[in-house]
Amino acid sequence: MGLLSDPNRRQALINLLTRLNAPICGMPVDWLVKTMQARGLEVFTQSFSRTLPFPDENTERYVVKGTNVYGILRAPRAPRTEALVLSAPCTPGDNNNQAVGLLLGLAHYFRNQVYWAKDIIFLVNEHDLIGMQAWLEGYHHTNVTGMDWSPLQGRGGSIQAALSLELSSDVVTSLDIVLEGLNGQLPNLDLANLFYAFCQKIGVLCTIQGKLQRSDWDSASGYNHAVQTMMLMVMKQASGRPWGDHGLFLRYHIEAATVKGVNSFRHYKTDATTIGRLLEGMYRKLNNLLERLHQSYFFYLLPSLSHFVSIGYYMPAFGLLAVILLLRALDLWVQLSAQPSRTEDGVAGTEQSNPGVLSVLTPLVISHLTGAALYMLPVRFQEVAVEHFPVSETEAVVLTAIAVYTAGLALPHNTHRYPDMGWRVLKLVALLYLAVLLGCTAVINFSLGFILALTLVPAAAYVTPHVPKALSAFFLVALSPACTLLFSVFFFQELQEMPVSFQDGWLLYLSVIAQGMLDHYLYGSLVFPLVALLVYPCWLLFWNILFWK
Amino acid sequence: MAAHRCRYLACLLLLFLSVILVTMSQETTLGHEQHATAVDDPQTGAETKQTAEKPTVEEKRWEETKVKATTQASDTAVLSKTQVNEDFQEELVIRPLHSGDIYASFQFRTVWETDFMKGNKVSHYRLFPKSLGQVISKFSVRELHISFTQGYWRTMQWGQPFIPSPPGAELWVWFQDSVTDVDATWKELTNVLSGIFCASLNFIDSTNTLQPSASFKPLGIGNETDHRFLRYATLPREIVCTENLTPWKKLLPCGSKAGLAVLLKSEKLFHSSFHSQSVHIRPVCQDRQCKSSSWELRQALNVVFDLHTSGQSKREWSLFKMFSRTLTEACPLASSSKIYIDVTDNPQEEQFELSPATPLLSQAVVLGDRRTFSVYDLTQQVTFGTVRSLNLMIRWKSSEGDMLRPLLHAERYVTGYGLQTGEIHTLMYNNHPFRSFPVLLLDSVPWYLRLYIHTLKVISKGKDNNPSYIHYQPSKDRERPHLLEMLLQLPPHSVTEVTVQFERALLKWTEYTPDPNHGFYVGSSVISSLVPSTVAMETNITMEQPLFSSFFPCKEESSYFARVYTEPLLVNLPTPDFSMPYNVICLTCTVVAVGYGSLYNLLTRSFQVEEPNPGLAKRIANVIRRMRGVPPL
Repeated sequence: MGLLSDPNRRQALINLLTRLNAPICGMPVDWLVKTMQARGLEVFTQSFSRTLPFPDENTERYVVKGTNVYGILRAPRAPRTEALVLSAPCTPGDNNNQAVGLLLGLAHYFRNQVYWAKDIIFLVNEHDLIGMQAWLEGYHHTNVTGMDWSPLQGRGGSIQAALSLELSSDVVTSLDIVLEGLNGQLPNLDLANLFYAFCQKIGVLCTIQGKLQRSDWDSASGYNHAVQTMMLMVMKQASGRPWGDHGLFLRYHIEAATVKGVNSFRHYKTDATTIGRLLEGMYRKLNNLLERLHQSYFFYLLPSLSHFVSIGYYMPAFGLLAVILLLRALDLWVQLSAQPSRTEDGVAGTEQSNPGVLSVLTPLVISHLTGAALYMLPVRFQEVAVEHFPVSETEAVVLTAIAVYTAGLALPHNTHRYPDMGWRVLKLVALLYLAVLLGCTAVINFSLGFILALTLVPAAAYVTPHVPKALSAFFLVALSPACTLLFSVFFFQELQEMPVSFQDGWLLYLSVIAQGMLDHYLYGSLVFPLVALLVYPCWLLFWNILFWK
Repeated sequence: MAAHRCRYLACLLLLFLSVILVTMSQETTLGHEQHATAVDDPQTGAETKQTAEKPTVEEKRWEETKVKATTQASDTAVLSKTQVNEDFQEELVIRPLHSGDIYASFQFRTVWETDFMKGNKVSHYRLFPKSLGQVISKFSVRELHISFTQGYWRTMQWGQPFIPSPPGAELWVWFQDSVTDVDATWKELTNVLSGIFCASLNFIDSTNTLQPSASFKPLGIGNETDHRFLRYATLPREIVCTENLTPWKKLLPCGSKAGLAVLLKSEKLFHSSFHSQSVHIRPVCQDRQCKSSSWELRQALNVVFDLHTSGQSKREWSLFKMFSRTLTEACPLASSSKIYIDVTDNPQEEQFELSPATPLLSQAVVLGDRRTFSVYDLTQQVTFGTVRSLNLMIRWKSSEGDMLRPLLHAERYVTGYGLQTGEIHTLMYNNHPFRSFPVLLLDSVPWYLRLYIHTLKVISKGKDNNPSYIHYQPSKDRERPHLLEMLLQLPPHSVTEVTVQFERALLKWTEYTPDPNHGFYVGSSVISSLVPSTVAMETNITMEQPLFSSFFPCKEESSYFARVYTEPLLVNLPTPDFSMPYNVICLTCTVVAVGYGSLYNLLTRSFQVEEPNPGLAKRIANVIRRMRGVPPL
């Protein structure tokens, strides 16, 4: 590859990196524009601003204003119909100078090559995901989340693939690829394969979920390791949030991944040139694509970079879980249709004791109203809450959410004319509802559907008004969506080998709730509305059945 | 028998003798010609003298033919007459661009006073290529414009091109009004042209052919503008390469053997940022009074070389660096052969340095601006100097400039996400500080993007801009594309945005291309406009003007005609997964459907014995019985 073979270029790159070691982040827009122009790119800027619905305490953001800078390398003799994107986030405080430097170095090198068939867009986005969201919305002229951005001046046609570069430390020992995107969408598996193939070829240590691949597949520890890696992927995918800047590309059907430089394996050291060569190789491969990446899987789980579990293997597991619900529903259906003839003979009796579907309307409506309240109230009432209680806005939002959630449990329970039949009809409806809900969720975001199925299906199958109340109530609450999230937080920390105490875990839990809501309002993640508007009401129906009088 | 043989021998001998005689006489005429040009050479003086000197050249030629006419038989006189009426010019314009790139534009023009029409069978061709002449007469073509382009012209960096063209292939033809079935002629013509230019023009069919009502007026003489005789088509996906260049070069009188055409080496021409080659045939006036018309064949080749990818550390250009050739002679058949270098921005040589220097300067009004050019006349031996070869050098002194702000430019893109709907945005920029000007927007969209024309919006400066003329032809599935033409007034210093929503159609499974996941192309929009010019334009075109400034006829002094093409679009349609499992599923479903269907049909159908047809007598009897009110038999 050219980057290493030319000593002048290598020197230029090193000079650039040294220059960059003085902190530039805080986005020196003018400097970036000038530097990109000097490298022969068409340079444009885009400014954006966004006021968050409530302050983000993790990144200390409330009113965000920024500027994205991007330069387009026009491919010779190409009609501006296709483009590739290489982006590097540049946020004040966060240290991503190395990535910006490498991006500029690559831009300089790429500009002098003749083989490009697609335009290449070099993007430096401020305020990582928010900037990326603004840029993508500007590029596709959509407005999903109500952000203010200035229209883009230059475009390169339809974007075929994108990579986002994050090098957080000066010393990079290995490269980690992040695939999980918004709403659990994944890029085509070929993108991961491409990355893995080039890492193998160049001899760079590559990881996924920060975990190295092990060669001993047969041994118990090797198996354990692979399962851990896969579980991490499941947890990340289930969260539905973009785990890197690439995550937002996937909405636009652009295959994208984030490449992260990690400093964790002492003995291996990779210099910027090697990463440059890796990216050059990947871009040349992507440049040669005649079609979008579509040949490989879009639905997969990765126990390691070289192995994957395809949808054909994991879907049956979910299917078996969902079949429990259907069998239960069938059982109830048979009971409901058989009971009248067993208890009473005669037409009139059947009419009287058959509760009909309308009778379950009241609990359905009440539980969905509770869900709607859970969705609307926290953000709407944050000001009121801040006025009356000594809490910050973020705390107010999270605590309101928890309060609404808990209040939902205490709602008046349904008492009806059909004490025996009523709960059966309700349960039948609830079971079918849950089956459809989980089925749809699993198709869109398998991990989320699977985790919800794991917790909700036992409760749904087991619960009746005749089981011991106190024990079952505890059991049901423990399997409710909120507690699932709490367990998931601890489990995720455990998987990452960073166990936390209960106190820290609780704080983490609160911040995760806030993050989940912010993801919804900022990027259009669907997990929060799904849980609040559909899953929680569905769970409330089972709660209702337990306390049927 | 013997006498017979003798007669044959005598005949052969006669033939042989006559052949020798003819060749000898031709040699003498050739000698005369060479002599004549040699005499001409010293006479051709400075550029300013040219207009004066032109008639003398013609006089020389006339004398020449008189001599020939006396010595030759009568049919050679016809030949000499055609020689008089044919004229070939070649020129190369080099414009150093702001960005450090360089723009080279070749134009070759053959003018021939002949009549291809009215059953007049033209069989003798000299300079004009026979293949195209036959096409003109066979298909009754009045005007033909074809261009092959690889790459997109970057107006923001390079300014306006001399001859604009969209990416891919573009073909537009005006037929004579004597043509009865225009569509059939067009179909045949595209197939023939596809053979001539080795291009996929045979893919032009009714689904991508348009009849624009206003955007494409004839460029030659003739007032008839009935757009029933116009056909326009683009193939945005066409890839242009050496296979298209070779037949194009063969149309030149000197081929690529002599003259400027020796520079046309494909390995260099396709090592550039932009490559465009075109052929334009039209009838033009012979002289200022326009008493007689003649056919003009104009071949243009535009190429932009990129400073960065040429891999040079020094910022300099030379003919050798650009084309890997130098010039040693003009095409001997050419009446004029010149190289123009645009030095308007460089009066004191502060931007770049030109060597060898030339004393000749010429001014021309082109694209609304008066430009100054250094001229190298290749018909003069002085130009080639002592080394007998011309290698122009341009050395840059200043660094790269900013982007240009051309008066008119445009862009287009698709917005939205998902595979159901989308929106096409077309932005047109008027950068003139105080004048508004009209533009004609031509949009052609394939039928598989179903335009929601009620969502059409035209907004400039935040306000609705009502088009003064709209011509919309809705598409028909699998038959014809959408055609949308609008006449808009662009306010000064503004951006006008035209948006229209569309729905993506689901194609039949055989209609997908072999690479459906690449996407489907939508051709460029065409924006034709009269842009206000900074200097007075010359309204009467004469033969003496340089070729690059005389392509578009100019009707008014205050504005010039410009055509801008937007980028083509690549749109993804909902595509089935054409993989092995998909095929298996399709196959299984078909087999099951056929098998199960017929079995089910057999099992559930109730069979009845059909009564045989009643005879005629019985039927009549039944009719009578019905009339009588008696139940039928």
